[in-house]
Amino acid sequence: MKEQEGPGGPPKPKRAGFGGRPASSSSSSEESGEDGGEPQEPAEELLADDATIDLVADRAKAGVDEVLAELDRELVGLLPVKQRISEIAALLLVDRARRRFGLESERPNLHMSFTGSPGTGKTTVAMRMASLLHRLGYLRRGHLVAVTRDDLVGQYVGHTAPKTKDVVKRAMGGLLFIDEAYYLYRPENERDYGQESIEILLQVMENDRDDLVVVLAGYADRMDVFFKSNPGMSSRVGHHLDFPEYDVKELLDISGLILAKQNFRLDPEAEPVLRDYLTRRREQPRFANARSVRNALERARLRQARRLVTAEGDVSKDDLVTLIADDFLGSRVFDGEPDDESDTDAAGRPAEESAEEPVKESAGG
Amino acid sequence: MRITQGQFSYLPELTDEEISAQVQYALDREWPLSIEYTDDPHPRNTYWEMHDLPMFDLKDAAGVVKEINEARKQHPEHYIRVNAYDATLSRQTVAMSYIVQRPSEEPGFRLERTEDSNRQIRYTTHAYVTDVPTGQRYKQNQQ
Ligand SMILES: Nc1ncnc2c1ncn2[C@@H]1O[C@H](COP(=O)(O)OP(=O)(O)OP(=O)(O)O)[C@@H](O)[C@H]1O
Ligand SMILES: [Mg+2]
Repeated sequence: MKEQEGPGGPPKPKRAGFGGRPASSSSSSEESGEDGGEPQEPAEELLADDATIDLVADRAKAGVDEVLAELDRELVGLLPVKQRISEIAALLLVDRARRRFGLESERPNLHMSFTGSPGTGKTTVAMRMASLLHRLGYLRRGHLVAVTRDDLVGQYVGHTAPKTKDVVKRAMGGLLFIDEAYYLYRPENERDYGQESIEILLQVMENDRDDLVVVLAGYADRMDVFFKSNPGMSSRVGHHLDFPEYDVKELLDISGLILAKQNFRLDPEAEPVLRDYLTRRREQPRFANARSVRNALERARLRQARRLVTAEGDVSKDDLVTLIADDFLGSRVFDGEPDDESDTDAAGRPAEESAEEPVKESAGG
Repeated sequence: MRITQGQFSYLPELTDEEISAQVQYALDREWPLSIEYTDDPHPRNTYWEMHDLPMFDLKDAAGVVKEINEARKQHPEHYIRVNAYDATLSRQTVAMSYIVQRPSEEPGFRLERTEDSNRQIRYTTHAYVTDVPTGQRYKQNQQ
């Protein structure tokens, strides 16, 4: 290494913006042209004022209908949620169309809150939402990063900020789903590190709006308290989606979907029993909507398996796919006790009873 | 003297968009990235200081660019480089490494001659800037 100037003689002026320094005005223009200094949006040319846009074709091209149809097919009920999602899709389509005419406006704010009881489909919808926003060009990657307090908040001083920032960086280009966001805020402990995490998130939600969408999820009552005590958070959330509880009919439809996906079917006599089961279970504590349905079916499968293994004679394909009334009647729900659902308590609601054996009735039936 | 190290160093300085595109190239191959800085420009100085931790599982360049800008803010007069690691051979191998910031003045190196036995001459390069303790180098333009 000798002290030599480059072939060009005296050092060239620095490029615009290189090294994070604002370019000095004399040198900025010179070189930025030749590297094809891309404009912010390399997109299509602006349309003339008298041009028209076929929104329906646009919609088809973006694959919006596919996502919405899939949503309709795979999620029972949830009408208000689906309604709002298709409104958001329309908003983004129109926003895109406007931009093609050069009509500038602020990027719509799509930070959301999902409130609803356990098992009403919040996590599932968030996943669909990420892919929808990706198809509409709002999110560059469309992946989902799902976190809870533990992923964001540290154990000691100086631990929280790096943790939260790491999560934010991973979520860039996609959707950051914060489950049970209210655990971030612990008013009873003044020095709780959660507040630090909230502050970083507030900044990110404001400054990095172009790079990610934040969805806060949780149970409605606690979310309300959380938003009341964190007005900054509340004002940054553009859409509040409330997930209603499912009625018995919807729960039955959900069980139909789950069974079909797993190649099971209900014996005609089992149908009223399942309906009765769901009606009772719905009134009991720790009911987790669709997830309870899933669990009930799991336990019915267990009973079916036991029935088939202990039965005499050969089993047919039909036997293997059919759940009969007895498979449901074995449940404790019919004795007026809640079925054991300790596995649903990821929600953090303390289990009222300690975990018991999953299927309580004796092997003899 | 404009030092050249790593990829792209004989090209004009990368613009921020170009840096972002290179970062995305690495992320698309699932290479984790890290950011390092130094104020010792000697070519044999391979171990630079780490800015924060290496970044794993990112999908989009925006997260890395945010961190690059953070490093620029904290070390406005240092060299800063971005490294990408390829772990496909089950070893962390540096797959990419390029400078994304350099000090506004780079005083360069002097050539030193040491006379050895039998009239032999040994040569070494000495960065002028290392005459000053680390942390105080490239001060002229700071603040
Ligand atoms: N409307 C629905 N139709 C079909 N399946 C559903 C519906 N809602 C939820 N499910 C199913 O129920 C299960 C639980 O849903 P999900 O995890 O999305 O609920 P959640 O609201 O996030 O619950 P929690 O608040 O406990 O985290 C999933 O397996 C999902 O596929
Ligand atoms: Mg969930």
